[in-house]
Amino acid sequence: MTAATLSSGWFLENAWLIPLIPAIGFALIISLGKRMPQGGSEIGIASIAASFVISAGAAWQWIQRVNSVSGDGEHALGGVFGFARAILPAASEEGGKAAYVEPVIRSWTWWQSGGLEFGLGQHIDGLAVMLLLLVTFISLLVQVYSTEYVAGDRRYTHFFASLTLFSAGMLVMVLAENMIQLILGWEIMGLCSFMLIGHWWEEKANSTAALKAFFTVRVGDVGLLVGTAIIFFGANDWAVANGSNGFSIQAISGWAMSGEASQSVLFWGGVALFIASIGKSGQFPLHTWLPDAMAGPTPVSSLLHSSTMVVAGVFLVARLYPVFFVGFDILDTQFNLIAIIGGITIVIAAALAFVQDDIKKVLAYSTVSQLGYMMLGLGVGAWLPAVFHIFTHAFFKCALFLAAGSVSHSGSHHSFDMKKDMGGLWRKMPVTAGTWMISTAALCGIPFFSGFFSKDEIIDNAHNNGYDVFYYVGLAGAFMTAAYMTRATYLTFFGKARGAAAGEHHDEHATGHDAHDAHGHDAQDHGDHGHDAHGHDAQGHDAHGHDDHGHGAHAGPHESPWRITAPLVILAALAIGSGYLNAPAVGTEYFLKWVEPVGAEVELAASHGDDGDHGDEALGFGALAASEGYSEGCGYTDPAEGKVCYAPKVPHAVFTWGKAAPSIVLVFAGIAVSAWLSLGVFGDRRNPFRGLTTRFAPARWVHTLLVNKYYLDHLYERVIVRAVAHPIAAAAYWVNQHILDGIVNGVGTSGRRTGEWVYRNVDQRVVDGAVNASGFVASETGHALQPVQSGRVNQYGALLFGAATVGAIVLILVNI
Amino acid sequence: MYAVNFLLLGAVMFSIGVFGVIARRNAVMVLMSIELILNAVNVNLIAFALMNGSAEGHVFALYVIAVAAAEVGVGLAMVLMIYRNRRSIALDELSALKG
Repeated sequence: MTAATLSSGWFLENAWLIPLIPAIGFALIISLGKRMPQGGSEIGIASIAASFVISAGAAWQWIQRVNSVSGDGEHALGGVFGFARAILPAASEEGGKAAYVEPVIRSWTWWQSGGLEFGLGQHIDGLAVMLLLLVTFISLLVQVYSTEYVAGDRRYTHFFASLTLFSAGMLVMVLAENMIQLILGWEIMGLCSFMLIGHWWEEKANSTAALKAFFTVRVGDVGLLVGTAIIFFGANDWAVANGSNGFSIQAISGWAMSGEASQSVLFWGGVALFIASIGKSGQFPLHTWLPDAMAGPTPVSSLLHSSTMVVAGVFLVARLYPVFFVGFDILDTQFNLIAIIGGITIVIAAALAFVQDDIKKVLAYSTVSQLGYMMLGLGVGAWLPAVFHIFTHAFFKCALFLAAGSVSHSGSHHSFDMKKDMGGLWRKMPVTAGTWMISTAALCGIPFFSGFFSKDEIIDNAHNNGYDVFYYVGLAGAFMTAAYMTRATYLTFFGKARGAAAGEHHDEHATGHDAHDAHGHDAQDHGDHGHDAHGHDAQGHDAHGHDDHGHGAHAGPHESPWRITAPLVILAALAIGSGYLNAPAVGTEYFLKWVEPVGAEVELAASHGDDGDHGDEALGFGALAASEGYSEGCGYTDPAEGKVCYAPKVPHAVFTWGKAAPSIVLVFAGIAVSAWLSLGVFGDRRNPFRGLTTRFAPARWVHTLLVNKYYLDHLYERVIVRAVAHPIAAAAYWVNQHILDGIVNGVGTSGRRTGEWVYRNVDQRVVDGAVNASGFVASETGHALQPVQSGRVNQYGALLFGAATVGAIVLILVNI
Repeated sequence: MYAVNFLLLGAVMFSIGVFGVIARRNAVMVLMSIELILNAVNVNLIAFALMNGSAEGHVFALYVIAVAAAEVGVGLAMVLMIYRNRRSIALDELSALKG
């Protein structure tokens, strides 16, 4: 296979336009948006749509390119190739068919400093193409949705401007050819997330949340800068020797796998970069900003949590995977930093999701937990499942957030409180409820929905790669995910309608809330809504309450308009369909083929003679070397002389239904247990015997039985939650307060003490002494020179010319 | 070398200008003296350009003329303001900046 067989195309060569168009769109919206008939949203949608078209073209041409390398036989067989590889990994590797597909790399010099060139460019490979397509697609849907959701908002134009720039930032990062460009996109996103989370900044809580998000992520960003610097100084020599520099992502990958990299440089560089990922992707110690970020408008949460921002950290690890693979000895250890953090995040966040009343916060913790899965996957060497999980997660999480937004927009009077303002909405909002269910099924990992194919692969590969502890963590996470999502689903769409969902007006909220508090449902009268509260059960909504539609579209809950439901339906379809791109259960392995870089040795072109402007193939490309089993090859042994590896060769677990069974069983168990408890706790019926218990002794037993339901309530709320979730939450809080805060306070206190000492001794004595002395000298000199300042112009002139004369005389004397 | 004559002329003009700046009380006369000094510099520049056979001196002389025009514009404006306020432009009466 030679270079000539690699196909390319206009879209691949010009993929750098993808972030540029929204960036220009942002400038146009800011400058012209207010004067446009649609307030600038049409520019945003048009620019994102254009980017989406280019991304789709690039994806198509990338697939062509992969096929052109794989050869005709592969072309015809399509996914069977990857399937065979998954089943018989060693055999197909020995066949030597898998070739490294050279990314389409171009770069231009942005600026130079001290002999270093900082470039801007594109690094298009499977991962980049996948994310480009994903980001532009989700952004497009979210923008369409937003035209309805934030219609009439005071800062409508600015909202779309920020949203567009936000997408542009993510696209810049995804395309990044070098670390500088990656940091650029990363920071653009940080800024835009601040603007969008704080969109309604008039409320103190929102601006606080925006600040919290910004600063928390900034903490991690320090790691990004430090890590980039460490990696740069480690990689630069190798990279320069191979015609690149230490910022180039491809050069860093090659260097990390070359065997010349120092293990400790890779480790500490990896740790620093991973700290950046922790901040951005809401991993365990720094996850606190994500739930608070719910203060932003729902489309923002949706975009932030699905395809942009939070996956940036996962993307960073996936992009520089060789650094982490070698630095953390992935596949050689039972534990490593990435897997541990990911595992902790899964469990902690899932436990917290149980005790949230705010529907968006449940989803936020769910995102944190799912990001934990992605990190876990990367940590255990399951690169492809982790990246695939980014892909599937984006669709169903975006759909869930948009559905939550739809509920709030049309169903619950802009409230997000599941316990107070929701319940029983499935009849009134069938489209929203249906899409929510599908997405929930995907999130829980029910078979044949997309989440199953990605999450189960992560769990399976953790087992396969010897990370047994994390295998069980993954299973526990699957159980918890199913349980908390069932609880949220029940509270939102089933059971009795409460608060705003029951058609109550906003001004009645205060009283309505009181009545709903603390299991007081039985005392409440719903009669004025025409409901017979007695017959109400989770599934008992057959014939009742059809006249609720007659309450009028303004008063009661109703289905959202098409600009909200259309994106929902599309996303829900993808929440099912996207999983089949890489579903070994049904024999498709397209992601394996198109997205995963093959860990094969590539010939290192000795001299490539780039002119710098069209730096295609900055490090050269070449044929595939024969690769062996998993004990040697890229990532295990150093590449041969003149060869280079750009990706580690990772094993893939072979899917069988038998291995998937534990997680499937646990998922259904989670749903069943949670549904049973939810019915018991939240679906309580009105109790007609309440008064009797004080009058009849036998009725007391009935009462006790009824109260038993509230024992379940206690069991659920007090025992299970307190015994499981609260201790964990409390422990997390304790760690937060005592250890983390202790460290912070310790640093602060010692800083203050040092400051005081410095103040007393250095500042007061040395510095002030020096300042006072110089002041005194200056004052005395001033007094001495005062007579010169006569205020008379002529005298000044005389002094000037006298001085000039003296100067001239000195000059002459010196030069003689 | 006849260019020396130009330098001598410049020196004489410069000295007259310096004398004017130091000795005159009238602000307008002082401004005129400054013009004289600047023109002495111009003469010098031209003379050196002549000696070196290069054009740079001419360019600098043009710059000096432009700067002198701006300077005298500002100076005259100040003199006008002073006159309006005090009905006098005698410089020895203006010592408000005395330290």
